[in-house]
Amino acid sequence: MNALVNFGKIFKFNGGVHPPENKAQSTQRPIGQLTLPERLVLPLRQHVGNIPKVAVSVGDHVLKGQLLAEAEGMVSAAIHAPTSGTITAIADAVIPHPSGLPDHCITLAPDGQDTWIAHLPIDWRNTDRKALVASLRLSGIVGLGGATFPTQVKLRADGKSVVHTLVINAAECEPYITCDDMLMRERATDIVQGIAIAQHLLGATKVLIGIEDNKPEAIRAMQQAVTGTSMEVVVVPTLYPSGDARRLVHLLLGQEIPYNKRSTEVGIQVFNVATVLALHRYFNHGEPAISRIVSMTGNVAHPQNFEVLFGTPLAHLIHAAGGVKANTTHFIMGGPMMGFNLPDTNIPITKAANCIIAATPDLFAPPPPAMPCIRCVRCADACPVSLQPQELYWFAKSDNFEKARDYKLFDCIECGACSYVCPSDIPLVQYYRYAKSEIIAADKAKEAADLARERNEARIARIEREKLERAQKHAERAQGAKTEPKQETATPASTSAGADDAKKAAIAAAIERAKQQKLQNAQATDTDTSEQTKPAADDAKKAAIAAAIERAKAQKAAAQQAGETPKNVDSVSTKVQQKIAEIDARRQTVGPAPEPVAKVQGPPPVADDAKQAAIAAAIARAKAQKAAAEAAKSESPMKSDVDNQLKSQPKKD
Amino acid sequence: MIRSPYISDAPSVSTIMLKVLIALVPAIAVYVWVFGGGILVTLTLATITALGTEALMLKLRQRPIQPFLTDYSAVITAWLLALAIPPLTPWWLIVVGTAFAIIIAKQLYGGLGYNPFNPAMVGYAVLLISFPVLMTKWPAALQLAHTPLSFADQFHYIIFGKLPEGVLLDAVTSATPLDYLKTQLKLDHAMATIQSAPLFGTLGGKGSEYITIAYLLGGLYLWQQKIISWHLPVAFLGVLTAIASLFWMSDSAHFASPLLHLFSGASMLGAFFILTDPVSGPTTPRGKLYFAGGVAIITYLIRVYGGYPDGIAFAVIFMNICVPLIDAHTQPRVFGHEK
Ligand code: SF4
Ligand code: SF4
Repeated sequence: MNALVNFGKIFKFNGGVHPPENKAQSTQRPIGQLTLPERLVLPLRQHVGNIPKVAVSVGDHVLKGQLLAEAEGMVSAAIHAPTSGTITAIADAVIPHPSGLPDHCITLAPDGQDTWIAHLPIDWRNTDRKALVASLRLSGIVGLGGATFPTQVKLRADGKSVVHTLVINAAECEPYITCDDMLMRERATDIVQGIAIAQHLLGATKVLIGIEDNKPEAIRAMQQAVTGTSMEVVVVPTLYPSGDARRLVHLLLGQEIPYNKRSTEVGIQVFNVATVLALHRYFNHGEPAISRIVSMTGNVAHPQNFEVLFGTPLAHLIHAAGGVKANTTHFIMGGPMMGFNLPDTNIPITKAANCIIAATPDLFAPPPPAMPCIRCVRCADACPVSLQPQELYWFAKSDNFEKARDYKLFDCIECGACSYVCPSDIPLVQYYRYAKSEIIAADKAKEAADLARERNEARIARIEREKLERAQKHAERAQGAKTEPKQETATPASTSAGADDAKKAAIAAAIERAKQQKLQNAQATDTDTSEQTKPAADDAKKAAIAAAIERAKAQKAAAQQAGETPKNVDSVSTKVQQKIAEIDARRQTVGPAPEPVAKVQGPPPVADDAKQAAIAAAIARAKAQKAAAEAAKSESPMKSDVDNQLKSQPKKD
Repeated sequence: MIRSPYISDAPSVSTIMLKVLIALVPAIAVYVWVFGGGILVTLTLATITALGTEALMLKLRQRPIQPFLTDYSAVITAWLLALAIPPLTPWWLIVVGTAFAIIIAKQLYGGLGYNPFNPAMVGYAVLLISFPVLMTKWPAALQLAHTPLSFADQFHYIIFGKLPEGVLLDAVTSATPLDYLKTQLKLDHAMATIQSAPLFGTLGGKGSEYITIAYLLGGLYLWQQKIISWHLPVAFLGVLTAIASLFWMSDSAHFASPLLHLFSGASMLGAFFILTDPVSGPTTPRGKLYFAGGVAIITYLIRVYGGYPDGIAFAVIFMNICVPLIDAHTQPRVFGHEK
């Protein structure tokens, strides 16, 4: 059913819907400027990734464009002062997030001067690419299409893939949203300059700019701006969700990015049109990301797009649009297909805020009670991912999560096309979000249980080992009293797996352990001192790998000393290695009583010690990995406990 | 919590079902013209029974009654059953059949959306097995009847079981074309002779062929309205044509022409209104092709070799059993995945 229908130069994807566009309202006026608000509240978490590190203190006076918080770790984005003023607070405040929960924010009281820091444009044509990308860490630029993924990460070469095609996402497929449309109408030349930078940074040879055909003025402006370049404006039919990166790539190139790959792995990178404009501002003018275009539309007096400083309270924006009209019940951030309700009008505009809609019951009628699914498959016909939403719904509803996973639940992009066409008014996407978060939670719980079990086993092993050590020391002392003191330095050629060998092995293991520790420490300090671009998570992993190697070495050495056949642990996965180590540990702790002398077939207790070290290292590694993974995960505003609330939602039928 | 999408654009379940009913109206009109107004009595009885039993069951199951009565799905079951059985039957026949369809085949399985079998076809099969004689007594088309029955006569017969003075039931009923065909072929008569009987028209049965054409038109309306997809009717009619052609071309004296198969019996009603029941049918495009193809083959085999003149009901019920299997094995390729 997914035949590639070649539509001129366009490759259609399955399904899609065409909701009423409602874009005309907010495109009547040019992009407006706002007055300075009384205060700006800048959430630290405005992007996908690590929370940046605050670089200012309360009471500091800062200039416009000054760094307030610097990117932390591999995936993170900096925050800058949108205007000059004084830092008045660094504390929790309400942020625009589906959870409605407060988060850490920097509050800035503008001084009204709007004094810039010194602008430091970068001659990007004559600067090393790597250095350029590294400098982007200081730009604070994230994907402005709503994904808010730090742009520097997307531009960083991963060493494996070569990007040949740059796709500029200017489809803007969601109803109501017009910020990209207006941006292209008014600043096409700047955008093209930004594209040139992105193209240069990626080394892409081909540039395609995808725009939906409901933006004729933007198309004209962009076509004009690209004349003389190799960039190409491609007009795609207006069909939601053509602005989804994978769908857009398919539309433009007829290529499906495999579900388990990034687009760069097939040589394609996608940037939102506003993001490349931010690149232009940063490189050509030395201005970090401090503002964005926001569509303020819906039930306001004068729907319009505004250039809004990050941190501007929503109320200020609403005021600029002439205030709300009667019947406004709440505000939606994003479009009506994928947006979410805002808790109040105090929330600040963030990097993710492309559109704010003043909602009324007339505009967005509450859905009627859901009827049972009649298996009409309108949802499947509308799904751009060619999923079977009715099956996913069935599995999610019956908590049959394994089946839901089998039916590719995690390929669902939560676009809402299925709910949009469902005659039974079933809140399908909410079921998918629920099922996804349940599965993620279950996976996490399993991970935690595994870790707890490991910890417990390690503890038991440690107690056993200490007992053995004590017994051994005891035995040694007894033996040492009988024999010559020189015994301690027996020749290495000694083949008997006696106490000396055992001790040697223990020493070797200890040395290895020490090395391991030193290495880890070194790695740790590395991250602190070396250039900032060194990603911490990466380092943690590297350290873990190094530790694993050391561990394996120690194990091998110990085993060899003990006269055991070394296990071929180098070729197996770390997980399996860990398992082997565990099993060994268990075997040895239940082994015969420690008789260091003349114990040949039973491995000596010191080997055990080495193994313990190995286990400890493995656990440390697992912990480090988990911590890294968690850090990465917990930053994502997409998932997390919020969605778990859905669970308590009564399942309608 | 994210509640999006905030907007929707979908006809309600009621609208969809209502359009199915509307699509049946032309056929009902032709029906009245061909066989007289008796069908209106049966339709009314069926509708009342369906709504009554549905309400009763919803009450017993402690479900809200109003939304489910106004989804019109029970009415569709009632109408399909009424259109499938002979119109000149005692009133209790349609009442029993409809009640069975709604109570057993639909509500006991969980009501709308949960019935694994097409309720109308279950009702039909039960009646056919329990009252075979009544179920084969079709009134002759009015043009063919010696003494055409008036609407009042038909009404009287259905409700009180009495025909006008001096009229015998056999005088006003006749075998259906498929039934006649079957008996005649058993007697080793050639197709040419059989088809020259006054019972036959140009395409199928005299008179009844017009009804099938009306079903076809109603079906096209549903397709145009995007209520049904092309897969089921096209695959059903296509496979039926193919298999009938194969037999017919190999021995045209002993096998009915594909045209006769298409325009007799419940072929058109089945193709556009029965197979297309979304709840009990397959969901994947490929699955729909297999399902409809299966129904066509079984239908043909029952018609030609089975014990009943028509076989759509049994074929549909049998294929309903296979739906989970068909769906599971015909999942479309997901975007970005290999097959
Ligand atoms: S559109 Fe709604 S009713 Fe139809 S199959 Fe999908 S979930 Fe079921
Ligand atoms: S929300 Fe998921 S299942 Fe529904 S249409 Fe979008 S991708 Fe398909």
